[in-house]
This record gives sequence, C-alpha cells and structure tokens, in this order.
Amino acid sequence: SYFLRHARSRNYVSESEVCKLESVPLDFGDYHPLKPITVTESKTKKMNRKGSTSSTSSSSSSSMMDPLSSVLDGTDPLSLFAAAADPVTSAPPTDGARRKRDKDESSAVGSDFEPWSSKRGEILARYTTTEKLSINLYMGSEKGKATTTGSAVSEKVRTRLEELDDLEEGSQKELLNLTQQDYMNRIEELNQSLKDAWSSDQKVKALKIVIQCSKLLSDTTVIQFYPSKFVLITDILDTFGKLVYERILSMCVDNRVSLPDNFSPESVNDTAKETCLNWFFKIASIRELIPRFYVEAAILKCNKFLSKTGISECLPRLTSMIRGIGDPLVAVYARAYLCRVGMEVAPQLKESLNKNFFDFLLTFKQIHGDTVQNQLVVQCVEIPLYLTLYSPAIDWILQCIAYHAPDVLLTEMMERCKKLVNNALLLNSVMSAFRAEFIAARSMDFIGMIKECDESGFPKHLLFRSLGLNLALADPPENDRLQILNEAWKVITKLKNPQDYINCAEVWVEYTCRHFTKREVNTVLADVIKHMTPDRAFEDAYPQLQSIIQKVITYINDFALLFSVEKFLPFLDMFQKESVRVEVCKCIMESFIKHQQESTKDPVILNALLHICKTMHDSVNALTLEDEKRMLAALINGFIKMVSFGRDFEQQLSFYVEARSMFCNLEPVLVQLIHSVNQLAMETRRVMKGNHSRKTAAFVRACVAFCFITIPSLSSIFTRLNLYLHTGQVALANQCLSQADAFFKAAVSLVPEVPKMISVDGKMRPSDAFLLEFLCNFFSTLLVVPDHPEQGVLFLVRGLLNVIQDYTWEDNSDDKVRIYTNVLHLLSAMTQEAFIYHVDKVDSNDTLYGGDSKFLAEINKLSETVVSQILDHLKTLGKEETLKRQSQLALYFFNTILAHGDLRNNRLNQLSVNLWNLAQKHGFADTKTMVKTLEYIKRRSKQPDMSHFTELALRLPLQSRT
Amino acid sequence: MGTALDVRVKRAGKVYRDGEVLSGVVVITSKDPVQHQGISLTMEGSVNLQLSAKNVGVFEAFCNTAKPIQIINSTIEMVKPGKLPSGKTEIPFEFPLQMKGNKVLYETYHGVFVNIQYTLRCDMRRSLLAKDLTKTCEFIVHSLSQKGKLLPSPVDFTITPETLQNVKERASLPKFLIRGHLNSTNCVITQPLTGELVVESAEAAVRSIELQLVRVETCGCAEGYARDATEIQNIQIADGDVCRGLPIPIHMVFPRLFTCPTLETTNFKVEFEVNIVVLLHDDHLITENFPLKLCRM
Repeated sequence: SYFLRHARSRNYVSESEVCKLESVPLDFGDYHPLKPITVTESKTKKMNRKGSTSSTSSSSSSSMMDPLSSVLDGTDPLSLFAAAADPVTSAPPTDGARRKRDKDESSAVGSDFEPWSSKRGEILARYTTTEKLSINLYMGSEKGKATTTGSAVSEKVRTRLEELDDLEEGSQKELLNLTQQDYMNRIEELNQSLKDAWSSDQKVKALKIVIQCSKLLSDTTVIQFYPSKFVLITDILDTFGKLVYERILSMCVDNRVSLPDNFSPESVNDTAKETCLNWFFKIASIRELIPRFYVEAAILKCNKFLSKTGISECLPRLTSMIRGIGDPLVAVYARAYLCRVGMEVAPQLKESLNKNFFDFLLTFKQIHGDTVQNQLVVQCVEIPLYLTLYSPAIDWILQCIAYHAPDVLLTEMMERCKKLVNNALLLNSVMSAFRAEFIAARSMDFIGMIKECDESGFPKHLLFRSLGLNLALADPPENDRLQILNEAWKVITKLKNPQDYINCAEVWVEYTCRHFTKREVNTVLADVIKHMTPDRAFEDAYPQLQSIIQKVITYINDFALLFSVEKFLPFLDMFQKESVRVEVCKCIMESFIKHQQESTKDPVILNALLHICKTMHDSVNALTLEDEKRMLAALINGFIKMVSFGRDFEQQLSFYVEARSMFCNLEPVLVQLIHSVNQLAMETRRVMKGNHSRKTAAFVRACVAFCFITIPSLSSIFTRLNLYLHTGQVALANQCLSQADAFFKAAVSLVPEVPKMISVDGKMRPSDAFLLEFLCNFFSTLLVVPDHPEQGVLFLVRGLLNVIQDYTWEDNSDDKVRIYTNVLHLLSAMTQEAFIYHVDKVDSNDTLYGGDSKFLAEINKLSETVVSQILDHLKTLGKEETLKRQSQLALYFFNTILAHGDLRNNRLNQLSVNLWNLAQKHGFADTKTMVKTLEYIKRRSKQPDMSHFTELALRLPLQSRT
Repeated sequence: MGTALDVRVKRAGKVYRDGEVLSGVVVITSKDPVQHQGISLTMEGSVNLQLSAKNVGVFEAFCNTAKPIQIINSTIEMVKPGKLPSGKTEIPFEFPLQMKGNKVLYETYHGVFVNIQYTLRCDMRRSLLAKDLTKTCEFIVHSLSQKGKLLPSPVDFTITPETLQNVKERASLPKFLIRGHLNSTNCVITQPLTGELVVESAEAAVRSIELQLVRVETCGCAEGYARDATEIQNIQIADGDVCRGLPIPIHMVFPRLFTCPTLETTNFKVEFEVNIVVLLHDDHLITENFPLKLCRM
C-alpha cells in the first residue's frame, strides 16, 4: 500500500547520463577470457561470411560463434592443440619409444625423409596371412662349439649337416601352428626377454636371443608374411643395437662427464674399446650367414668407438656379404635393413646405398629362376603376389638413394632398371620412391614402359596406381597432360577386377580434378559408375568411392559447378549403405559450409543440397546418438543460413516452410528456422523502415504465424518459452499486437508445465535458475506490451503472477519471493510518466493511460499484494534453520526499496529500517556488504534531493559481530 | 664374507708382449684386519700337451699326458707375514716379461691337444686355522711382430667334379664350376682371411657355402707323434642357392685365443688350415682345403 504510492519518480535520461560507465573502446586483438577459442583462420572466414549481420563486434563474437559449427570447421581447440603440440613430426603416432627414435633419425637426415617408423605400420597391415606360422629357436645348440673335442673333420661336418635339416633335434624349442597374432605376441615376448636378459646382465643370453630371432629371417615359409616378419624382427634388432651402443657409451663416462655426440675414438677408454671389440669378435664367429649379418648390422653404430673409418669400412663389406644370401627376397630385405641402419648411422655414405641397389639388380634375374619358382609352387603363391612382397624393401632402398640425390643419379638408376627384363617391379618402386616431380616430368616415358611390361608379372594396376600417386603430387608437363590421362585411363578402364579398378581409379581422380574441367571429371565418374555398378561391386569399395568424392569436392569448391557435373549425383547413388551415404553427405555439407562464401539461391545447388540434407535427416532414428544428431543439425543449419533469395522475401519464407517439412525430426533445425523466419520479419521491417504496407504487414503476420505453429512442436520447454518470448518481441516490433499477445499468453500458460529438473548436457539439473532468468526477461518485456483493450488492466502481468503463485516451487526455495521482489521493479517502472524504453511505433501503457489515476491505483493494489506476500514469507523464515535465508532475503528487499522506493515516506522509511535490522538480527549478515551498503547510502545522500538519506543512514546501525 | 683376493692387470685386454712389463694390483678386501703368513705372486707360463685317444689307448691318453713344458715361472714375495688393515688394500706389482737365453715366449693358444697359457697366481698363506687364499688370473701373451715383410701368397682355385679326389661315383655328381681366390694364404692373424668365390654354374641348387677353420696340432712324445685336425669355427658365407656368376666375398676373422701364429717347435706343432665347403641340395659335399700360415705383424 504504502509502497507504490511512494515509488520514487525517475528521470531515466538524466539517470543514465550519470550512471553510464565511461565507455572504453574494446580492443579485440587482445586476449579476452570470454572470446571463443578459435584460431584466426576460421575466425576470419566466419566474419567474412556473416560480417554483414554483425553490427557491434561484441555481439558478433558471442552470437556468431556457434561452438558446434566451429567444431565442424576442424578448428576445435583440441585438434588445434594436438596439431600445435607436434609440429615437426608428421609421422603417425606410434609408441613413445619409437617416436623418440624418429627424432634422432630425423636429426641426422632431416625431417623431409620419411622415416621407417611410418612405413612399418603400413607393412604390418598389408602383409598378413591366415596360414599357420612357426617359430624355431634352438637355444643352447651352440654349446661349447670351440672346445668340443670333435674327432674328425668329416664327422663334424656331418653334425652340421644334420642341423641344417631343420626341425629334428630335441634341444630346440619349436612352436608350430601359430596364428599371425600368436606369432606377433611371441616375437614381442622375445623382445621383452631380450630386454630382461640385458638388464639382468645376461649379455650372452641376450645375444643368443638376437641370433635366434634373426635366424627366423632366413625362413621363407608362409612367404606372404615375410615383410611383416621382417618388421617385427628388425624391431628387436634395433632394440639390441641400442642396448649395446648405450652400454658401451655408458662405459665411457669419465668423471661423470659423458661423451659428446660427436666423440672421436681417441676419447674412448680402453675398457669400452675392449668390450666393443669383444662384441665384434663374438659376432664374427656366428656360424650362420644371416644372423651374423643382421647382428653386425644392428651394432654398426658401435664402430664409432673403435675407429673413425669403421663404419665406412663396414658398410661396403656388409653390402657384399649379402651376396651370399641365396633367396632373393631374404637378400633384398637384408639390403633394406642395411640401408636403414646406414641412413641412421651414417647418412652421408651414399655409395653403399647405391651399391646395394646395383647388387640387387645383378641378382634380379634370380627372382625368375627355378629355385624361386619351385618354392612358389610349393607354397601356392602366384607370381604377381610374390612380386609385391618385394615392394616395401625396394621402395625403401630407393627412397634412401633418392633422398637429396641429383637428377643425374636418378636417371642412371632408371636407365639401369629399364635394361632389365620383367622390370615392372622395379618400375613400381622407382615410382614410389623417387621424387614426384622427377616422375611427373617423365610421365610419358613411364607410361610407355608400363605398357611394355609383361602381363603375367607385377600387377599393372599397381603400376598405374603408383604413377597416379605421383601425378597427384606433382604436375607433368603442360602438353602431356591430356595424353597422360587418355593413355592411363585406356588401361584402367580395361581392368576387369573391380577392386583393382577402383584402387587405380581412386588415385587418378585426383589428377583429373587437378588439371581438367568438369567434362573430364564427369567422364571419369561415369566410367567409375559403369565399372562399379555390375554385381553391386560398389559394396566392397565404399572407402575408395568415398575418397573419390572427397577428392572431387576438394578440387571443385564451386558448388554450382559441382552439381552441374551430371554424374555427380548418380555417383552418390552408389552409396547404398546408409551409414556410408550419410558420411558422404556430411563431407559434402562440410565442404559447402567451408567453401561457400556467399549465400545462394541457385536452384541446382538448392535442390541437390536439400536432397543431401534430407538424406542426412532421414538417417536419424531412435537409435541415433545425441552427438550425431547435433552434428547433422549443425550441418543442415549451416546450409539454411547460406540460402538467400535476396529481396524475394516470400520465396525465402516458402523455402523455410519447405525446409520445415523436410527436417521436422531435428529440433535444432526447427529452432534455426524459427530464428531465420524471425530475422526475415525483422529484415522486412528494416526494409520498410518500420512502416509496413498492407502487403508487408500480411507477410510479417505470415512469418509470425509460421513461428506460432512451429514452436509447439519442440520438446524442450525452455526453448519453447524463449522462442515464444522472442517471437512475441518480433511480433511487437512489427506492430502485430494481437499476435504478440498470443505469444505471451502461450508463454504464460506454458510456465506451469516447467518441470523441476531438466536435462542440461545430458545431466539432470534443477530448473529454477533457468526459470528465474526467463521470468525476469519476460517481465522486462511486459513493461512495454500495451494492454489489450478488451482485457483488464495489466492482464498479462496478473496472469503471470497467478501462474507464479500456483506454481509448485521447491519447498525450501525463495525463488518465488525473489521474483516478487523483481516484480516490484517492474511495477515501479510502470508508474513512471514515461517508461524507460519503448518499441518503435507501439504505444505502451504510459501513452495509453497517460498516468491515469485508476491505472496507478490498479498498480498499487497489485504491489500491495506482492509486498504482503513478501513480508509473509519473511515471517515464515523465522525458524532457526532458515534464519540465514531470512537475512539474505530481507537485505534483498531492502535494496529494492532503496533503489525504487521513495524513502521520504515515513512508513516506507520505517519498513526499510526494520528490514535492515532483520537482516542483521541473527548475525547472518555479511559485514562487508552491510558496510558497503551503508557507505553507498551516505554517498547518495550527498546528491541533490537525497538529503533524507543522511537521516536514514543514521537510523541504520551496524551490528558488530561478537 | 671374509677376505677376498683379486688380481688385476692394468691393461683392459690383458695382452702383453715379450720384453714388456706386466703391471697391476693385488686387491684384498676384508671387513676385519687380516692376519697372514705372507703374500706371494707367481707368474707362470706353460705348454700343456695331451695325446689324443685316437693315437694312444684311452687309458694312456688319460694318464700319459705329456709333462707340461714350462716357459716361464717366477715368484715374488709381495708382503712379509703380518697383518693387513681392514677395508680395501691395493698392492701394486710389476713383472718384467723377459725370457732368459734364447727361449721364446710362445703366444697364448687354447687348442684341443695343445694349450699355451699364462697365469698370475696370488697366494696368501695363513695360519693353520684359516685356509690359504689363492686367486689366479690369466693374461694373454702376444708374440712379437715377425721380422721382415709378409709376402702375400694369393691362391686361385677352380672346383669342378673333375678336380675332386675321394669321389665314389663320379658319374652321379651334378655338374658345377666354382672358381675363386684367396687373397693370401699367408695371413696376419689380426687381419681377416679374404677372397672371393664365384659359383659360375651348378646343376644342383647350392644349399650352403662355409669356411671351416681347422687347427692341426702335432704332439711329439716318446711313443712317436700324434697329429690331429679339429675344427675351430665354421663360418657360413653363402646361404641358399646363390646367384650364378656373382662373386661372393670370403671373409673370416681369426678368433682370439683359439688361433696363434703358426708354431713349430721340437715338441709340438700348431698349424692352421681352411676348408671351403660347398653343400649342394642333394647332399653332395664338396671340400677344398688350403693350408694357412698365420703370423703376427
């Protein structure tokens, strides 16, 4: 009663002058904690795209950065962090120890040299077998070799002979029938036992393990697994080499000073040298060639302890030692290992690398010799498959040779390969290992050579694939380009096996996209469709087909052009497995969002993308994960935002209507559509400068109607509430008063349905904070909503208050009273002669009633009720356990009165003093706050017309806490 | 643990030559003071000869081992009887490695029937109650460089079915032609044996090519003399069916201790040979023998 009669009258304009903070220009270059963590690249891109809509920079940074879409741009903080953390090594992640070694390696040869570690995974994945493997270890068979009192030479030789007839003796440990996984586990066990033996100082045992392991490399049964076996076993050898080197290095520590990296042999002490020498003598006496070679190669680095020239003398010797290995496959892998060690230890010694390759060429004819052929017959391995087993080794050797090698050398290598018959295998390795530029420049030569290759030898599609890979990286001479494509495709299109075909085509699509127009791309796509459709061959080739799409959209960023490629959409039809199809659609949409700079209305693009979006949308079902849905919705939203028909607003609206019918299962899309339609209404208003014509008024009403019928279909109650409020505001701004009323009424009637708990980010949270926020927002809007002529005064406010009254609040919460207190703010604002804000071209209650006394009385009545409710509530809080809440609430109410009440009124003055005392009564008040409040009152009292505050301050005692 | 005795020579490789001074320390570690009746150090070098069972009867081989030939033997008293303090005591020593007259200091060699070994033995004599302590440590003697230049003596060889001796059925042999050379049969013991081998042709697949290092030990005694050839080591230089016409390196490091410069004395002889052994796939075994002369430069 006594409150509003004495509401402080306000002069909002002058108050805002006084209270406004000094404006400080924001510097956006600086770090700001609330600024989204996106990195410049995506940021600028986004700004370009949406720059026109952002009026103030502060709002743009908060509203534009949709966290989801920034994830889609691939610039989420996590991946950026990951990328930044590992800038040097491009190697795929493997175990830590391995990566550490890579660094050592690259420090010697430069990071542009693709390290072995990046190859090994590939080899392990590619060369697999389902056949049973065996491991043969004869530990301890070397018992006292030198000291046995053998009698005659020939007898001794006979026992050797028996040992060569493997798999007989009882002393050996033999593991048969191992699956590939078992085999790998066993090898890993051996690796572990090597380390164990070493650390427990059983050096001889360690050496024996290594010897036995490298012996496995002479075994070529289950030949298709050999490359993988090589990888596994050379890992062990590497471990061994490192252990020996580090041990000897540790012996050189003198006075706790270890040797520098580039030590000279003179600075190595005798003990270390002796130990090192011992290792070499021991290894030199290993009987069998292959273990002797591998183990010596493994500790090649240790030569550094003995002499400066040690390594450069050893490498050629080891190189020629390999000549003794009869099996060409075993020999070539031995060469690969030597090159690998050589590159690591002494990359400057190129000669041995070349020598290795030339030696290999000399023995090349063996591959087609009888011994090998017989072996293949026994193992039932076809020649083409057998030849591919060589690739990793030859690729590696050639890669080592080609590293920083002059073109002359490469040309020489190539010429040498050319001279051999059946050289497809070599040709392929040359193409995989040499610089792409080198290959690309000679593309026509290579095509010629490939054509001449024997059909029954190395698979031709692999050759074309390798060539294609080079051409994807480097450009051939301008004049040859078309001819290259024609020649290559002529062969590719003839490939019968769909798998071979697609592996080849996949690579060549990139070349085509890179250098040719949509006509050629179209032809290629058509050819792929033709090959992959029969017998539903595409079902086995989804990864390749997907990669083709990826390449096409990487090169063709112009979507108008892309969709004018006739076969593009038919190509998409091949993705019949839904998960893959959705994946592909996602890729396309991502690319669209990333590359489309301007909004579009191109019917071709719209049709195609709507189709794609529809596909994504239709994949959503009850089992779809939340994350997936969010992702799809963000993509579709990105598309919707890019569609603009310019000034053709009606077309735009009908697009939104169509979109709504298409994407009804994804709520975020519906929300986006409502926002878009609201934006459209506001855009109309802007164009008409606020004065709607009959036509635009009707259009705006149509927009509002769109929202009105869309909102109820959403499930999230707060989304609905906020959208009602938001759209109501839009309607109000467009002078659709009755529509606005309808929205607000809908919002009011929805409030009782707000549940106590809502799910936020998958967790259940109490909803009260959200509700409180919404209601405050709502009340602020209601200030300017004019009363409906047929309804009573303030019917919306009353309605909302009734709803609040009836709402079942948490038992021990003060939210209701807090809202009531806030309502007092609203009511006090309503009593002012001119309201604090208005909506352009809408007359609010201040104009409608013109300060009519009946209106004020009505407000008074309302505020009386509210105040009494508050006081009642304060009384109920008098119990021991609620005293703290009482204190807080009392202070809150006190502050409200202080801000909005006219304290010259005695009763109000008395009420505030009582509240102040109540707040302090039980010692729950925060002294600091009380002191500050008092200081504030004193400060205010110095302002004009505020002298009564001095008196008030005197009546407010501060309670010292005892 | 009570008292520990250790003999350490200075050089890490423990290698000494005639005329050099063998130096090192005797290390005694003990928690308590050690009472002793004197510590002495003995340097010994001897040749042990054993007759093989093949030449004499088993019984004789067992008991009739020829008396060791002493090369060098000298003892010094390091510490007079007394007491050593607790903890670690290091007593340095020096032995001049000097031969009397024109006796030769043979190089250390560990064979089957001939053993040439040098040891340092430290004895700590103690009272009746405590056992005497002894510790032996082998050291290695390398003979002095031989005077004069080593003349390389390269050998070329060709092996075909026709060149073979001891063939039972020459007709059943597969045809083959193996050529090659050894860079020298006069070898410096510290340098590897080198050469090349080419399988020019072979009807049967090659299975393995090996270098077999053989010692030939001859012992003379009252009953006559015994000559035995035994394998020292076997080094494979080719594994599998090697490429025809491609030279394969012959490379073999002479193992330490088990080889020494070729030695010829009145009582015994130590010589070395190498066999090139080619195994063919049908179990044919082809061996070519080359006597070697090892020396130290």
